[in-house]
Amino acid sequence: MSKQYEFKASILPYLLVLPQMVIVFLFFFWPSAQAILQSFYLQDPFGGKMIFVGFENYSKLLVDPDYWQSFWVSTAFALFITLSSMVISLFLAIQANKKIRFASFYKTMLIWPYAVSTLVAGVIWLFMFNPNVGVIAYVLKHTFNVNWQYLLNFNQAFLLLTMAATWKQLAYNFVFFLAGLQSVPATLVEAAEIDGAGPTKRFWKIIFPLLSPTTFYLLVMDLVYGFFETFPIVHSITSGAPGKSTAILVYKVWRDGVINLDLGSSSAQSVILMIMVIILTVFQFRFIERRVTY
Amino acid sequence: MKEQQRINKAAHRAKIIRSFYPHIILWIGIAIIIFPIYFIFSASSHTNSDIQAAPMPLGIGSHLIENYRQALLHGTQNMGTPVSTMLKNSLIMALGISIGKIIISLMAAFAIVFFDFPLRGFCFWSIFITLMLPVEVRIMPTYKVVADLGLLNSYAGLILPMIVSATAVFLFRQFFMSVPREIAEASQIDGATPMQFFRHILAPMTRTPIASMFVIQFIYGWNQYLWPLLITTKPEFYTLLIGINRMMSGADVQIEWQIVMATTMLAMLPPVIVVVLMQKQFISGMTETEK
Repeated sequence: MSKQYEFKASILPYLLVLPQMVIVFLFFFWPSAQAILQSFYLQDPFGGKMIFVGFENYSKLLVDPDYWQSFWVSTAFALFITLSSMVISLFLAIQANKKIRFASFYKTMLIWPYAVSTLVAGVIWLFMFNPNVGVIAYVLKHTFNVNWQYLLNFNQAFLLLTMAATWKQLAYNFVFFLAGLQSVPATLVEAAEIDGAGPTKRFWKIIFPLLSPTTFYLLVMDLVYGFFETFPIVHSITSGAPGKSTAILVYKVWRDGVINLDLGSSSAQSVILMIMVIILTVFQFRFIERRVTY
Repeated sequence: MKEQQRINKAAHRAKIIRSFYPHIILWIGIAIIIFPIYFIFSASSHTNSDIQAAPMPLGIGSHLIENYRQALLHGTQNMGTPVSTMLKNSLIMALGISIGKIIISLMAAFAIVFFDFPLRGFCFWSIFITLMLPVEVRIMPTYKVVADLGLLNSYAGLILPMIVSATAVFLFRQFFMSVPREIAEASQIDGATPMQFFRHILAPMTRTPIASMFVIQFIYGWNQYLWPLLITTKPEFYTLLIGINRMMSGADVQIEWQIVMATTMLAMLPPVIVVVLMQKQFISGMTETEK
């Protein structure tokens, strides 16, 4: 670094980083610090009086069955979304990576849904499965005799949320798997073919191991998505119903903070989420580091 | 001989079937993506009573233009804000986030890569760490900061907290580090100031990464939901996605599905157009920044 040519100026670099630094401190460090601080206090939402309560907000959460329910639902939700969207996207990416006609048309058709927002995905699936007007709900009820009432039935609600969230994530995974597959050297695969390895063996022995950085990256990103970015889907489709059973962690932070005005508990929940994200990120950096040194 | 011919024929047929296989799978994938969207589109062309009389007709109805005009000019009865207003707000928010982020990130990356100053490492790590925490997990305290600054129900409040994350700084930093330093040195010898170098040499070279970043940030900005849901309470600042939510809530109103669906189609359109038109930049931006 020191041998590189660098500009000499004393004030200019500070002026250049200033806007970014102001925004980072104002909207990142300050709120994060506030969340940590607030999680140790009990605040009266109207008077603004703060009482220090130590770890009480946390200990209350840990004995709250609602919180554990929310934790386990979020975990199951994130795992299901990750698994199903990765399997489907990988399968599609393998087909689209073959030398076939219309390949670029197929790729475009499978990539553009990346632009569809999580809320729109929620509204689309809500509409198809709405017990009163939904087309699929109608088929379920009248052709398959299913008692389709997802707002009253946890399994149905969970299934619908998972399908909507998976559908939304397909394009994202597809883009990365396709890029990963394109970087697998064709000569390697051909060599294996000449040596008599069948398509299944070629996939599991050569392509899949070479794809593992992409797979791992997507695993982390999909878990982050499943845990933290699916709020719009839950908010639009179930609002936590039936009861509070599908209120995932992020939804609960929002509801306890905004609707119930329990800022102490909401902050404690935020801090727990922060710790979860940091663990996931550190996990990812560890892996990338190992890959680089390897 | 005949036996051999039959075997050849069977092998040939198997080969044809195998060559169709990827097409069939891909069409199934496309159908999974397209059908849900088609239902929305179909619903946006019917009257509400057609939709309510489940199952709704699956063709394209005769009220397409009427529904979109109604949505754009008037919105739904329970909400009263026309979709055109919300379209404008979403556009301002998405452009503000993407352009704002690109500008401040270019400046920060320029300083961090091309200058030697005492707080360089500190600045770098402060920005770097923001990659870790999505806004969803610190939403309430951020709300409080924005409220204290008096930015609720304002475009600045919608935009500024969303341009925190460091993805753009990283992409530009990576790119700047690949620029040969001789160019910078030569510009100095020729008497150009650092800012002239930045504006006339470096920025034009960075066109491609800027375009990639624009696509990604535009979509990110357009699709924000939780944040505008928190800080916009006045209908004149609702973004499209918030509008859709408001159209469907309200206890005893009959949901005007045809308008909601037309609005949903309109909310989908701009980011989709951006991705389709800039697909190449989009893919390179995605796979380079996030890795």
